[in-house]
Amino acid sequence: MSFHPRTLARPLWAGLRAVLALTLVTGVLYPLVVTGIAQAAFHHQANGSIVRADGRDVGSSLIGQSWTGPDGEPDPHWFQPRPSNSGYDPLATGSGQLGASDPTLVATVEAAREQVAAFNGVPVSEVPPDAVTGSGSAIDPDISPEYAELQIARVAHANGLPTGDVRRLVEEHTQGRDLGIFGDERVNVLRLNLDLRELAAR
Amino acid sequence: MSPVFLDVLQISALVVALVLVHRPFGDYMAAVYTSKKHLRAERWIYRAIGADPDAEMRWTAYLRGVLAFSVAGMLLLYLLQRLQDHLPLSLGFAPIPADQAFNTAASFVANTNWQSYSGESAMGHLVQMAGLAVQNFVSAAVGMAVAIALVRGFARFRSGQLGNFWSDLVRGVVRILLPIATVFALVLVARGAIQNLSGGETVHTLGGAAQRLTGGPVASQEVIKELGTNGGGFYNANSAHPFENPDGITNYLEMFLILVIPFSLPRTFGRMVGSVRQGYAIVAAMAVICLAGIVAVTVIEHQAPGAASQLAGGGMEGKEQRFGIGGSSMFSVVTTMTSTGAVNSFHDSFQGLSGGVLIFGMALGEIAPGGVGSGLYGMLIMAVIAVFVAGLMVGRTPEYLGKKIGAREIKLASCYILITPALVLIGTAVAMALPDGEEAMTNIGPHGFSEVLYAYTSAANNNGSAFAGFGANTTYFNTTLGLAMLLGRFLPMVFVLALAGSLARQRRVPVTAGTLRTHRPLFSGLLVACVVIVAGLTFFPALSLGPLAEGLSV
Repeated sequence: MSFHPRTLARPLWAGLRAVLALTLVTGVLYPLVVTGIAQAAFHHQANGSIVRADGRDVGSSLIGQSWTGPDGEPDPHWFQPRPSNSGYDPLATGSGQLGASDPTLVATVEAAREQVAAFNGVPVSEVPPDAVTGSGSAIDPDISPEYAELQIARVAHANGLPTGDVRRLVEEHTQGRDLGIFGDERVNVLRLNLDLRELAAR
Repeated sequence: MSPVFLDVLQISALVVALVLVHRPFGDYMAAVYTSKKHLRAERWIYRAIGADPDAEMRWTAYLRGVLAFSVAGMLLLYLLQRLQDHLPLSLGFAPIPADQAFNTAASFVANTNWQSYSGESAMGHLVQMAGLAVQNFVSAAVGMAVAIALVRGFARFRSGQLGNFWSDLVRGVVRILLPIATVFALVLVARGAIQNLSGGETVHTLGGAAQRLTGGPVASQEVIKELGTNGGGFYNANSAHPFENPDGITNYLEMFLILVIPFSLPRTFGRMVGSVRQGYAIVAAMAVICLAGIVAVTVIEHQAPGAASQLAGGGMEGKEQRFGIGGSSMFSVVTTMTSTGAVNSFHDSFQGLSGGVLIFGMALGEIAPGGVGSGLYGMLIMAVIAVFVAGLMVGRTPEYLGKKIGAREIKLASCYILITPALVLIGTAVAMALPDGEEAMTNIGPHGFSEVLYAYTSAANNNGSAFAGFGANTTYFNTTLGLAMLLGRFLPMVFVLALAGSLARQRRVPVTAGTLRTHRPLFSGLLVACVVIVAGLTFFPALSLGPLAEGLSV
């Protein structure tokens, strides 16, 4: 293989021009075209599936939120989301990264189980896994149908609503696997709480 | 229906889609790389490059093209990061520090996408779009070009010419990656992935708190990150982030995009060497290993023997509710066995033995089915080794596809398979001997060691996923992992192209009664055995100190 300066310089110059040309195609034209079509055809989704209430934006249906009172503690009026190690801050996504046998994680899960059980007035044995484990993104918008079910009595009591009405609401918001196969069953907490609010206001 | 049964259906749906698509798509790619015609857009690009797309190249010229293009790409990406505060759409972010900018440039040019930065709090939209995403396209196209050059080495006789690098590069981008990326980006947006140029907005939630929602050209980047088996997320949470991967359907589509090129290239190979059955033997070996990995991790994660998972009642730590155990387990294997490294759940929190399967999947050398292009050339190198082993067993000169596998070919193939283990094991050993290794660990005991082992395995094999508790953003790790990624990407390419050049020069060896039938299931089995034994012997001691020790002690 020849390492004469000229045989090296020529492809390097070509390489630089190639990077610039392909940057124009894949780094400028491509994302702008996709953005243009997306904004025209899927305006709502392309801008973050924003949810509105009382005439203002209150969040994204895809991004989880904390539902705490002024004291920073979970507010019993709302359905509660999964634990998050970033307090549902979209500028700090990612999980806690502890291993499945880690002693610190065992202690955290133990504490979370007791907290969830006491908060909802149920035995610890009924607390489902997603209620006591952090998600991958730390902004998981969903909970399992089991965790939603567990919260029905507490939420109904706090809002002075019949348990049956709240249960119906949870059933309406329970989403099966996509196309019956993909992913997992879930309940979107923000959408559920919005409808709960409407129900309580009536 | 039980979740386990539904997970079996979910896996089957992916297998069926790939079986249906790989033939027409593999044939299409063969047509792309053998066509004599140039599209008008391609001619413009060739004029900008100043290259003649019809000039045939010997392996040395082809390699010079690969290296020159990659050096130029690295330089530009480094500068974009260092100067981002002077550029538009920077969102007010500061320039990336020198060591991290080097690491990131090396990472994206080497098709690894190891991320020692956190996307939402470090990289402006312009660097993401015109820097990182560009390398997602072109580093993938470079991998495919090198694989095609090796295939031409097998397909051609008494020539020594391997085609034209610039033409292979540009066609890969324009005819294969761009059209698929454009269509699927829009599908992702339709399901909820975002695509805008805004800096985001602050909302006041009903719970009374303020929440900063982010904006950005996410879908366009997400799709090529999967299709090019790159893996670098727009956000720190990667494909676990709902704006990157909003539901079960996008999760399925993203796995499909990751696998579609690597599983179709063997068909392209079969077409180009004139016998599609040779391609089936290769793809069968890939599929067996990949499927075994998916089943293993899915079973282990459903059982979830770890102490914390047992207490919680299931292994949901680090996983998203909308993907569940099945969608997360499947994705983890798909991403580690393809050199992608995108994650929809955090591998650090997986069960100890699952972590072992994931590390072993990468340690196989990313060939089941491996990265785009790199998976095919890696598997073809293993096929050369398998033919050689079979030749030794029966005492005949080994041949593969009408080519003699002589001393020169075996030396080149051996150099290829020695590079990544050397980088992984030496890198891990040195890091463990220095205080840097222990300081970077989040976990304790064998799991802490696994974090370091995972990091070097991921970097040297150009995967890019992590046991993300590992604190990689230090000068030491940015530098050494950056070097591991570059050497793990480009040294093997040197040997692949040298092998291609040496094969293309040969004359055809006539098929005789003693020729090993390399299109038979027996050969696929031999190939799988070679892959597992070579990686197993190399990595067993290291694996037993980390994931095996952890997994067996619960």
